Amino acid sequence: MAAIKEVERLETDEGGMGYLQSLPRRVVTVYLPLLVFLIVLLFPFYWMTITAVKPNLEMTDYVNYNPLWVVHPTLEHIRYLLFETSYPGWLLNTIIISTAATFLSLAAAVLAAYAIERLRFSGARQVGLAVFLAYLVPPSILFIPLSVMVFNLGLYDTPFALILTYPTFLVPFCTWLLMGYFRSIPFELEECALIDGASRWQILTKIVLPLSVPGLISAGIFAFTLSWNEFIYALTFIQSSEKKTVPVGVLTELVRSDVYEWGALMAGALIGSLPVVVLYSFFVEHYVSSMTGAVKE
Amino acid sequence: MAVPSVAVKSRPSILSRLAESRNALGFGFMLPAAALLLVFLTYPLGLGVWLGFTDTRIGRPGIFIGLENYEYLWSDSVFWLSVFNTLLYTVSASILKFVLGLWLALILNEKLPFKSFFRAIVLLPWVVPTVLSAIAFWWIYDSQFSILSWALQQMGLIDHRINFLGDPTNARASVIAANVWRGIPFVAITLLAGLQTIPQSLYEAATLDGASRWQLFRYVTLPLLTPIVAITMTFSVLFTFTDFQLIYVLTRGGPVNATHLMATLSFQRGIAGGQLGEGAAIAVAMIPFLLAAILFSYFGLQRRRWQQGGGD
Repeated sequence: MAAIKEVERLETDEGGMGYLQSLPRRVVTVYLPLLVFLIVLLFPFYWMTITAVKPNLEMTDYVNYNPLWVVHPTLEHIRYLLFETSYPGWLLNTIIISTAATFLSLAAAVLAAYAIERLRFSGARQVGLAVFLAYLVPPSILFIPLSVMVFNLGLYDTPFALILTYPTFLVPFCTWLLMGYFRSIPFELEECALIDGASRWQILTKIVLPLSVPGLISAGIFAFTLSWNEFIYALTFIQSSEKKTVPVGVLTELVRSDVYEWGALMAGALIGSLPVVVLYSFFVEHYVSSMTGAVKE
Repeated sequence: MAVPSVAVKSRPSILSRLAESRNALGFGFMLPAAALLLVFLTYPLGLGVWLGFTDTRIGRPGIFIGLENYEYLWSDSVFWLSVFNTLLYTVSASILKFVLGLWLALILNEKLPFKSFFRAIVLLPWVVPTVLSAIAFWWIYDSQFSILSWALQQMGLIDHRINFLGDPTNARASVIAANVWRGIPFVAITLLAGLQTIPQSLYEAATLDGASRWQLFRYVTLPLLTPIVAITMTFSVLFTFTDFQLIYVLTRGGPVNATHLMATLSFQRGIAGGQLGEGAAIAVAMIPFLLAAILFSYFGLQRRRWQQGGGD
């Protein structure tokens, strides 16, 4: 919350010397580059959308049709995707796996962050550093040994292979983010509760957690997005077509032989992106402020 | 946790003393996270190093063969090509992400209408699943129906289609461009957060002293931004170095291994090719580079703090 307030305060204060710049100069130095950035950053989404509703005839005929527009929009690709492929199943798998991994990681991260930040047990600083270092271990290094483990544990080709391995990057991230939030809660509140005879568990559930709801929401959104976007574990640990997640399913099942179903592929990419974009747009202020807050620490 | 509070107060038992000891409680609270991380992160990290010393294949446990995997890789030109590609990819993509991200951050730090709206949509490439946006780039880079080729032809800049992913040089440039596209928002938004912590009064003072716009940037903005730049770029470098998804979607390492990164080579040899031991050895070979990047940024940060007169 402090981060948001600070940003707001600074926003009213900014551009204090803007009057030194003339309008033509601002057009060249600010508006024009911004326009170019926006076009480049957003064009792939436009192209994805336009291809998803374009009939195959228009898609490959650049002479008679302008490729940047669609003359006869069609829902054929989306219909094909939803009714003739396993796509709805992939969506469901991704939702279940991401939700489960998010809640598991959040629960573990809340306890860990509280212990590191507030219980201050001996060695808490070192454990905090270890958690941070754990976040820096990339999945690209872990997927081969993890695949051996997953196979030996009998988890290969089950959702549990992903639900249990996603916390390897979610727990360090959420713990790190929540540590920052818990730090902003005044010690006095906890001391009062301790004097009134509350146990540590009561302090956590009745005082600290209600005060850190914004932090929990941002950590949850980040965790959900990261699990939704995960690729290398899902590619390695899942084999059956109907158990795949959206990113893996779209790439490995919709691309067949040499004929690319571009319309269906783009529709799959678009629908697969929508849930995280919607979630993100609802909580964008949390998202941006916690991102900036996490970095400021 | 379900210790009744009344019992606790009347007669301090071993249980109640445990419940009040910071260390015992801390241990209990750390347990779930520690168990998850030790089992699925620390152990596999060790297992990966061990696998690198064995000839394990999929479906067959291996035996210890010492440095044989590494000796083989040392004389393998494809492995060295992947190391070169990874370094080229990381260095050029990180520099571009930094320059363009900083530029975008500076623009967004200006007084603008609809600023929070711009800030929100700029983040979109970073929010959307990488694989799915990479599929969009695959279509943008299509050899026959590339919209980029079409646009450049319409403008009269080229006379035949560009073979984006089929030619080694073009393919390298194309995957770097896609990676930069995805990485700019993260760099821009975090640097924007850093810019907003710089007090306006410093700029006013410098302007009164007659500083030009470039001098304002060079002597006020840049020094104050350095700590956050170090953190942001460390993350950016680490994630670029270990990138897998983008290459796997766009080129799978081709043409003629020109875009194979160490992560994709490790997957190809270890999982697709079944040579788990060799794949693990390639993954382990990435660790020294990652450590070097982390240490470099760590000591870079230390120096900064010392210069600013801070302790610790």
